[in-house]
Amino acid sequence: MEEEVKQTGINEQEEYIINMGPQHPSTHGVLRLVLSLKGEVVKNVEPHLGYIHRGIEKMCESITYQQIIHLTDRMDYLSAHINNEAVCLNVEKALEVEIPDRIKIIRTIMSELTRIQSHQLFWASFGMDLGGLTCFFYGLRDREKVLDIFEETCGSRMIVSYNCPGGLMYDIHPNFQKRVKEFLKYFRKKLPEYDQLLTGNVIFRERTVGIGKLSLEDAISYGVTGPSGRASGFSCDVRKHEPYSAYDRVRFNEILFTEGDTFHRYFARIQEMKESMNIIDQLIDNIPEGPYAVKMKPVIKLPEGEYFQRVETARGELGVYIISDGNKNPVRVKFRSPNFVNLGVLNHIARDFKIADLVAIGGSLDMIIPDIDR
Amino acid sequence: MKSIINYLKEVICGVWSLLKGMAVTGKYFFSPGQIVTQKYPNNRKSLVMMERFKGEVIMPHNEKNEHKCTGCGICEINCPNGSIEVISKMITTDDGKKKKAIDKHIYRLGMCTFCALCVKNCPSDALAFGQEFEHAVFNRALLIKVLNKPGSQLMKGVE
Repeated sequence: MEEEVKQTGINEQEEYIINMGPQHPSTHGVLRLVLSLKGEVVKNVEPHLGYIHRGIEKMCESITYQQIIHLTDRMDYLSAHINNEAVCLNVEKALEVEIPDRIKIIRTIMSELTRIQSHQLFWASFGMDLGGLTCFFYGLRDREKVLDIFEETCGSRMIVSYNCPGGLMYDIHPNFQKRVKEFLKYFRKKLPEYDQLLTGNVIFRERTVGIGKLSLEDAISYGVTGPSGRASGFSCDVRKHEPYSAYDRVRFNEILFTEGDTFHRYFARIQEMKESMNIIDQLIDNIPEGPYAVKMKPVIKLPEGEYFQRVETARGELGVYIISDGNKNPVRVKFRSPNFVNLGVLNHIARDFKIADLVAIGGSLDMIIPDIDR
Repeated sequence: MKSIINYLKEVICGVWSLLKGMAVTGKYFFSPGQIVTQKYPNNRKSLVMMERFKGEVIMPHNEKNEHKCTGCGICEINCPNGSIEVISKMITTDDGKKKKAIDKHIYRLGMCTFCALCVKNCPSDALAFGQEFEHAVFNRALLIKVLNKPGSQLMKGVE
């Protein structure tokens, strides 16, 4: 009789099943993780998705290419600008439109600002997940400066909708360059505080170093991209390997570590903020004059065919795949979102760690749930 | 012996790292002027939003109660989620010609995603973004707004 119980897999003897989420503060949204536990040790993690599914891919099939932009904002809302850029680049590639340097450089600066504010929020919420509430306030304090820059130029703080096929919605605000320089000067001073407060902290290190190790082979086979993949040594930065916009004319380092544990997934993001600041530094004084948008037809019709474009968001590689039949609406749009793929590795790396470590591991993957469900 | 020294080293390093973090928080604790927060509900009168801030879609009217909307419906076509509806009517102008004009320009704030396509694509610049951001109401019907004011007319010279 005992033999039979053991063979039933998830209902193995002495294992019990518990729901983490859908409403759990450390899942940063409505993600439901079904854990099977042996005491305090996690034996299996099964993510259940769909709590915030809005059918964005299906909705894209009934609207025009200009209107798709505002839906991509709402997938990965922390890298909204980069998502917009992915669709725009894809449409421009399909139409073979030449984009002036001014637009490319402004887009790159905006993308890097987006990356910085996303990583700031990661730092803030990761610190809070591990019990350091002060991080949350300090992270949001600095993020506010970036959001003010966005508000002045784009009109919105987070969901910017600043790109459109062919260029930008508006020109940059006259104060833009001054404000960005002020921010860089300010944030260069504040970033060492992040290290002082959290990176060196003994409690933080005890909880992250050596936890949730992901080897290079596993990172590649699971397709983990972004800072999480690069912490394992997977050189996957699209900005470096397949430069888009103005990334081919700036010098920056791809942050690579070999350890692949929770601490290095965290540390890769801190280092990326520095690299992003370097990129902005190189571009902010070199914005050429010119139009902020190429004149496009009011109704954009892509030629028949399949188009793919990938970009590097703050969390990994976003792919946009569009099939067109020559009409104003796409036949099929598919987003390869980084968070969905990164979530797949959670079961693999969180196994045999405790529940408290699962919170740290999940936090270090920096998941955005609306991007997982779309 | 070695393990004891290592243990003590670890303890001292650990405490030192905590003190370093405490120094940062202590610095802000004793200089409260460095963290600037807004006293939001109390500073409503002096609060100035950014000039491009997308609060809501409005239709600017001049002092003679005239607007620029011709009722072409381009905003309605461009809106991705159907939050704009233009209801037009036929009017006779002073010189006896029949002309199309708007009866109601309905804007559903509850559905709007602030993508700015309507404002950007308006051929006669009739729409703009307002700075109002406190939209909370108790009744959902209050979010359906009519943008053209009662008795308003088309501005002269706008076709």
